Amino acid sequence: MADKEALVISSGEARQPFNYAVGLYGSKFFQELRNNRRIVGVKCPKCGKVYIPPRRVCGDCFVEMKEFVEVGPGGVIGTFTILRYAFIDPETGEQKPVPYGYGFIKFDGADTLFQHYIDIEDESRVKVGARVEPVFSEESKGTIKDILYFRVTD
Amino acid sequence: MGKKRVAVVGTGQTFHKSHRPDVNGQELINEAVRRALEDSDLKIADIDAIVIGNMDHFEGINYVDCWSVDGSGGFMKPIIKLTTGGTTGSTLAMAGYHIVASGLFEKVLIVGWEKNSESDTTGAITTAFDPVWDRLVFAGAISGLAVEAQAYMAKYGATDRDAARVSVRDRKHACNNPHAQLRKEVTIEEVLMSPMLADPIHLLDVCPRTDGACAVIMASEDVAEKICAVPDWIWGTANRHVYSYLGDVNWGELDSMFHASQELFSKAGIKEPRKEIDVIELYQPYSFAGIIWIEDMGIAERGKGAEYIWSGATDMEGELPINPSGGVIACNPIGATALIRCAEAALQVMGKADARQVADVKVAVSTGFGGCMWTDMLLHGREKPDY
Amino acid sequence: MERIAIIGIGMTKIEANKKGDTFADMAWEAVNKALNDAGMTIDDVDNVITTSNDFWDGRTISCMAVGDASGVRNKNASCVEGDGAFGAFYGLSRILSGSYGTTLVTAHSKGSESVSSLITNAAFDPIYERALGLDMITACAMQANSYMHRTGTRPEHLAMVSVKNHGNAFHNPMAQLPMKITIDDVLQSEMVADPLHKLDCSPVSDGCCAVILASESRAQKYGGRPVWVKGVSFCSDSYFLGDRDLAIPRSLKAAGQKAYSMAGITEPSREIHVAEVYDAFSYQELMWIEGLGLCEEGRSKDLMEKDAFHLKGTLPVNPSGGLLSGHPVIAGGLIRIAEAVRQLRGEAGDYQVDGATRAMAHGINGLCGQSHCVWILDSAK
Repeated sequence: MADKEALVISSGEARQPFNYAVGLYGSKFFQELRNNRRIVGVKCPKCGKVYIPPRRVCGDCFVEMKEFVEVGPGGVIGTFTILRYAFIDPETGEQKPVPYGYGFIKFDGADTLFQHYIDIEDESRVKVGARVEPVFSEESKGTIKDILYFRVTD
Repeated sequence: MGKKRVAVVGTGQTFHKSHRPDVNGQELINEAVRRALEDSDLKIADIDAIVIGNMDHFEGINYVDCWSVDGSGGFMKPIIKLTTGGTTGSTLAMAGYHIVASGLFEKVLIVGWEKNSESDTTGAITTAFDPVWDRLVFAGAISGLAVEAQAYMAKYGATDRDAARVSVRDRKHACNNPHAQLRKEVTIEEVLMSPMLADPIHLLDVCPRTDGACAVIMASEDVAEKICAVPDWIWGTANRHVYSYLGDVNWGELDSMFHASQELFSKAGIKEPRKEIDVIELYQPYSFAGIIWIEDMGIAERGKGAEYIWSGATDMEGELPINPSGGVIACNPIGATALIRCAEAALQVMGKADARQVADVKVAVSTGFGGCMWTDMLLHGREKPDY
Repeated sequence: MERIAIIGIGMTKIEANKKGDTFADMAWEAVNKALNDAGMTIDDVDNVITTSNDFWDGRTISCMAVGDASGVRNKNASCVEGDGAFGAFYGLSRILSGSYGTTLVTAHSKGSESVSSLITNAAFDPIYERALGLDMITACAMQANSYMHRTGTRPEHLAMVSVKNHGNAFHNPMAQLPMKITIDDVLQSEMVADPLHKLDCSPVSDGCCAVILASESRAQKYGGRPVWVKGVSFCSDSYFLGDRDLAIPRSLKAAGQKAYSMAGITEPSREIHVAEVYDAFSYQELMWIEGLGLCEEGRSKDLMEKDAFHLKGTLPVNPSGGLLSGHPVIAGGLIRIAEAVRQLRGEAGDYQVDGATRAMAHGINGLCGQSHCVWILDSAK
C-alpha cells in the first residue's frame, strides 16, 4: 500500500506577518514608559476604576475614558505561576526558554493586573501578595520589553 | 413562523485520539456527521442548515465553513461558522438552538471539530490574546489556568491534592466512555507525581491534546418527536464574555460562570441547582476548575468546593454526578469539546449513555469554557419546555 | 417570518490604514453611531453578535478584541466568523427565536495589518491547493475569465463597473476611493492577474460597521427609523474551485430565490429598486446581478452599456460606491445592508435612489463567491 510518510503535508516556513495597531491609549503608555520610565493607566470617569493596560472603553460602564493617571512603579503579585513546559512561541516560531515566572502585577494605584515576567531566582519568595518592582531594560524601544521583568522586594 | 421549542434528536462523535493521521480534517468531520445522521435516522438531504466551528489557528485554514462542505454536507446548503475559542462547541450548540427556535430551519446539523495534532496547541492558543499586551509571557491555556488556581489557593486554602481528586474522578468516569481519548484510571499520587507544567498544575491535572469531531442534530418541536422517541429539549441558554484582557480577570472566581448560571437558572425557575439538576457535563479543562467553578455555579458554597468533591457527591453514585463522560481531562479536541459536553448531556437525558448513564436524568447542564475566562451554558431536559 | 426591523446603523469611514485605531476603537465608533442613530443606549441592547475573522485580525478568537467596545460585558454575546451579512443573519435569528428583543451586530477588519494575499491563500486547502500560491485575486481572475468566456462580456464592461462605482463614491463621505476615471484608465491600469487590472480590484481596507435589529414590538420604541427585513437566505456551493462551474453562481441563485420567495417577490428586476451587491471585483458585480435575477442571464453587460445600473438608471446597483471604492473584508456585507437601509430611509443624500422602497443587500464568504447571503429590505412593514 501507499507510503505512510505521505500522510502529512507540512506548512514549512509559512508565516503571516502582522503590523498590529497599538492605538492612541497604548501609545501613551509606551511613550511614558520609554521616555520617563513611568507607568500610566486610565481612569473611568463613572466607576473610578484605573485600568492597565490603558484602553478607550471601560467595559463595565461602557463609557470613554480620558484621564491618564500614574501608577506604580511598584506593586504586588496579584497572581502568578512558574512555567516549566516547553512550547513554540508564536511570536518567534522558536521554543520558549523555560522555566520562567509569569506574573499578574497589581501596580500601586491600579485596579487591573499587568502581565509580565517575574524573576524566579528564589522561587520561595514568589507568592500572591508579595511586593515587586519593575526592572527596566537599558535600551528603551517603546514596547512591553522596556520592562525586563519584575523582582520581588519583600 | 416564530419561536419554536427545540430538541437534540441525534448525536455523533469520533473515537477521539491524540493523533488521527489516517484522516484529513474534512474526513474527520464527516465521521461525526455520519454518526449523528445514523443516530437520528436522517439523511444529509433532511438537514436544512449547518453550523460549524473550530479554532482557526490550530489547523491554519481560513473560511472553514466554506472549506468543510465535502465533509460537513454543506454543499448547496446554508452553512455558517462561529468561533469563540474553547467555548466554540457550546457557542455552536446555542447557535443551532436559536436558528431552529427562529422557525427558519427545522433540522440543523451542528459540527465542532479540531485536529490539534496539526499544530502547536500552546502557540496557537497564545495568539488568541492581545498581541501588544497579552502574548509576551502568556503560555497558552495552562498558564492562564495555573494563575487562576494560585489565586484561589491563596484565598481559600485548597491544595493540589484536592484538585487531584477531581482528576481521579474524571479519569475513572472516562473508562465508561468508548469515545474518550484517555481511558485509564489515575490515582491521587500519580497525579501529584506527574511532571509539573506550571505551578500548581501537573500533567495529569490538565486536558490532553486531541483530534476529534462531534456532530449534534437539533430539530424543532414540529418534527423532533417523530425523529426520536425521547428527544433532549433545550430549555435555555446563557453566556458571558465578561473580560477582554487577561489582566482584567477576577482571578480565583469565574465571574462569567457566576453570571451565566444566575441568568440560566433564574430563567428556568431553578432555585436549588444542587437538588434540581441531575447531571452536569462541565467544560473543565483542568482539575482545579472542578473545585472552583462549581462554587460559581452555585452547586457548592464559596470556598467549599473541595469539600463537596471529597464527599463523593459528584462521582457516578453521588447526588450530582459531574462529567460521567470523563470530561475534558480525558479528551479535548478543542473546537469540539464544548459540543461534546452538549452531546453527552443530551445522551444522558435521552437515556442513551450506555455504561456512563446516570439513572433517571430529567435535567442536565452542559457548559463551555474558553477565551478570556468566558462561559456558555445550556440547560437540557426530558420534559418539553412549557413556555 | 415574523417582522424584524433594522433600527440603527453606524460605520467608520473606510480607509486604507487607520493607523491610530485598534479594532476596539473602530468598534466603539461604529457601535456608538448605531446607538445614536437608533436613539438607544447600550442598556437597550439585549444581546450582541460580533463578526470578525481570525486570519485577517492575526488573532485566534478575534472577537475578543472588540468585546468591551461593543458592550458585551454583562450581556449574552456570540461571535460569527464570516462576512457581516451572515453575522447579521444570526443576530436576526436570535430575535426570531424569542430569546431577545434587540440585537447589536458588528463586523470589522483592518486589511492594513496583514499581507492580504497570505490571508486569502490560507483559504485554500493545505493538502491540495495552498502550495500553488493562489490567492483571492488570482482565483477570481480565473472566475472572471470563465464568466467572460461564457457570456461574451469584455474587459470594457468590467471597466464600466469600476468607472461607475468609483464615480458614485464621490457622493459617499464614508467611501475610501472616490475617483473620476474613464474606461481607458481602467484598461491602462496595471494588469494584476489576467483579465483583472488594478482598477478592477477592490482595495483591502480598514473599517467597521454596526447594525441594530429589533423585534416589531421594540422597533418603534426608541425613535430610530425602522427598515423591515422581508427575506434573508444564505447558501454555499462546493469548495474546490474545480468542483463547480465558476461562471455559474448557483449558490447565489439558490439564496436569492429563497430570499425573494420569503419576501413575496416574483420579478426581482422590477420589484427591487436598488441593490448593494458584493463587488470585490468589477466582474463580480455583473455576475451577481445575473445570479440574483436582476437581469437575464448573460445580459448584465448589455444593460451596463445602457447605464441601467447607474444612479439614475432603471436599477441602480452600488450607488454607495460599493466595495471597489473601499473594502474592509468581513464588514463588507454588513455595510451593504447599512447602505440599503440608508436608501430606504431616504437618507442617502447625493446618492439617494429616488423613490426606493425595496432594496437588496448581499454578502459573500469564501473563494470566488462560494457562499452568498442575500437580504431583502423594505421601508414598509
